[in-house]
Amino acid sequence: MSQANDTYPPVPMQEGTRQEPRLLAAGPDAGWAQHLDTFGTWEPHTAGPGLLEELAAAGLTGRGGAAFETWRKATAAAGSGRKGMFPGRPVVVANGAEGEQLSFKDRTLLAHAPHLVLDGLMALAEALGGASTYVYAPAAGLPRVQQAISERPRGKRIRLVQSPETFISGESSAVVNMIAHGSAVPTDQRRRLSESGLNGRPTLVVNVETLAQVALIARYGAPWFRHAGTPTDPGTRLVSVSGPAPARDVVLEVPGGAQLSAVLEEAGMDPAALSAVLVGGYHGRWVRPAGHALSPVGPPARTARPGAGVIHALDLQACGIQATARMVSYLADQSARQCGPCMFGLPAMASVLNRIAGGETNHRLASELDRLGKLVTGRGACRHPEGTTGLVSSALEVFAPDFRAHLSGYCTGPGGAAA
Amino acid sequence: MKTQLHIDWTSCDGRGLCAELLPGVLDRDDWGYPVARGKAGRERTDVPLRDADLEAAQEAVVLCPKLALSLHERKVQ
Amino acid sequence: MWAFGRVSGFVALALFTGSVLLGILNRSGRPLMVLPRFSISLLHRNVALLAAVFLGLHVGSLLLDSFAKLNPVDVVVPFLGSFQPFWQGLGTVGLDLVLAVVVTGLLRHRIGQRTFKSVHWLSYGVWPVAMAHALGNGTDVSSGWFLMLAAASAVAIAAALLWRLSPSFLETSHARQGNLP
Repeated sequence: MSQANDTYPPVPMQEGTRQEPRLLAAGPDAGWAQHLDTFGTWEPHTAGPGLLEELAAAGLTGRGGAAFETWRKATAAAGSGRKGMFPGRPVVVANGAEGEQLSFKDRTLLAHAPHLVLDGLMALAEALGGASTYVYAPAAGLPRVQQAISERPRGKRIRLVQSPETFISGESSAVVNMIAHGSAVPTDQRRRLSESGLNGRPTLVVNVETLAQVALIARYGAPWFRHAGTPTDPGTRLVSVSGPAPARDVVLEVPGGAQLSAVLEEAGMDPAALSAVLVGGYHGRWVRPAGHALSPVGPPARTARPGAGVIHALDLQACGIQATARMVSYLADQSARQCGPCMFGLPAMASVLNRIAGGETNHRLASELDRLGKLVTGRGACRHPEGTTGLVSSALEVFAPDFRAHLSGYCTGPGGAAA
Repeated sequence: MKTQLHIDWTSCDGRGLCAELLPGVLDRDDWGYPVARGKAGRERTDVPLRDADLEAAQEAVVLCPKLALSLHERKVQ
Repeated sequence: MWAFGRVSGFVALALFTGSVLLGILNRSGRPLMVLPRFSISLLHRNVALLAAVFLGLHVGSLLLDSFAKLNPVDVVVPFLGSFQPFWQGLGTVGLDLVLAVVVTGLLRHRIGQRTFKSVHWLSYGVWPVAMAHALGNGTDVSSGWFLMLAAASAVAIAAALLWRLSPSFLETSHARQGNLP
C-alpha cells in the first residue's frame, strides 16, 4: 500500500483533461534552468507584505488538510511578530511530511518541482519581514531539496529537518516539536503556533503544495489563480489517486470543485466499478463515487472535502468494513499515546470494528462504535481522535448495508470471515 | 472576554478530581478522563465556564495532581 | 525536653505513615467511602505538612535538650553525631529528604510537574529511613506498644505497596486494559 521512498509516481500526462498543469508544468525532475524557463525569472526575496493581500484576493487555502485560508494564517503570524517589546522573528516551515500511506503528492512535488516550493517559502518568509526558513520532509525527499538549494543563487540559509515516517509527523505542533526538540509528537497548544511556536516565535507551518501555489500567485497574480476552479474553491490542487489494480497510483492536478467521478476517470478508473471512495485520506471520509465535488466548502451531501488530497477507491468486491477496520487499527497504532482519550479510545474503536469485520453478530457493537467515536472527538492535543471518528462515522453511513449484513452473520465481500 | 478551562491532554491522567470539583461542567469517560458536559468539538479542550463555576475551576487548577488544567481568557468572537 | 522530643518523633512517624498511605490511595484515583478524591488529596497534603511540623518539633526539642547533645551540624549533615552516629544519621537523612519533598510540594505550580514528581518519589525512601531511625536510635524499642505500632505500620505500608504494584490498582484499570463497559 505504501510507496517505496525512492520511487516517485511519474508526472501525470494531462492530455485530454480540462486542467493545464500548473505546479508540475516544468516537467519531471525540473532543475533551476527548467524552472526559470517555464515560470520566468522572479526574485522571491522582493516579495513584500503585498503578497499577503494577493493571497487573500486569490483565496488560497492550505493544501495540507485543514484547508485554512493561507493569508489569515500568515497575517496572524505577521501580527504576532510585531507585538511586544522584543518581537520574535517569525519562522516559516515548508511541511513536506506525508505520514499518510495513501498520500504521495507532496513527495512528488518536492521531487519534480522543488524550486517552486522554495520560491514560495522564501517569498512568504520575506512577506513576514524576513522570517527564518525550514524545509521539513522525509529522508527520501531531502537530498533533492538540498540539491535544489545549491542550484539557486539565494536560499543558502534555508535549514533542512528530517521528518520521521509516522502518521502524525506532519501535524503542525509535531513539526515544531521535531525541529525544536527532535520529537515529532504533537504538543498541547494553549497558544496558537502563529502566536508562539518554535522557541516562542510566531511560526507558520505551511504544506509544500500550498507554498508552490504561493509562488505561482506571487508571479502571476490572484486573477490568474482564480481562473481555475470555482469561486468558492479557486485554483488547482494536487491529488494522490490510488485504487484497485490495474489502476496505478497517480498524482493529478485538478481544478477546485472538480467532480470526483471525473478525477477517477482521469486516473483510469471506472466510477461504476467502484463501491466507495475514501476522500481526504485516513482522516477523511468514505463517499459514493458519483455525485460529489471535491471542495473544502459546500453541502456535505454533494461535496467531499479533499483534505490533503488523498483519493483512494475501493472496488465492488472489497469489503468496506474490513478496509476501514484495517485503517482504524493503523490509526490506533499511530497514536502518540500522550492523550488518554486517543490512547484508549482509538484501540477500543479498532477493537469493536475488528469484531464486526470478523463476523461477530452482536447488534450492540455498531452503537458502541458510534458512542466511542462521539466520546473521543475534540479531546486531544491534536485532531487525531476526530479525524479517526470522521472516517468511522462515514463508514457507518456509506457501508450501512454491509454493517447490517455483518451483524446478521454474513459479509458481502469475498474473504469475509463471516461469509 | 470569557474564561475557559483548558485541558492539557498530554498531561492529564484522568484522576477525576476536576470532575468532582466541577460536577456540572465535567463528566468522566470510560477511562476516567474528563468530558465537558454538553460540549462538542474543541470546546471539550477549551471548556467555556459560567461565572458561577469560576471558583471551583480555580480550585481544580490548583488541586489537579498532574497540573493539566489552566484558566485563560479568550475574546468572544 | 527529652520526653517531648521522643513523643513528637513518634507522632511524626505515625503521621508520615498515614501520609504515605493516603498518597498511595490518592494515586489510585479512588475515593474512600464518604471522602471524595480531592479531600483525600488535601488530607494527604495536610497530614504530611503536620508530620513535617512534628518533625521540626522533634528535632528542635532535642537540639535544646542537654541530654541529647545534638549540635546544629548534625541536623543537616548525617552520620557525624556523637551518640549512635549511624542511626542518628538516618534521622538526618530523613529530615533532609522531607525538606526536599515539602519544598517541592509547596512550589509544585512554580517548578513544574516533572521536577515535583521526581523529588516526590523520595517519599518512598523517607518512610523506611525514618522507621529505621526510630528502631535503631529510639530508646523505647524495648516497650511492647511501640513494637506493635511499628509492626502494624510496616504491614500497612507493605500491603499498600503491593496494592500499588498490582494491575488493578487504578480505579479505571479495568477499562484501560481494553475492556468495554
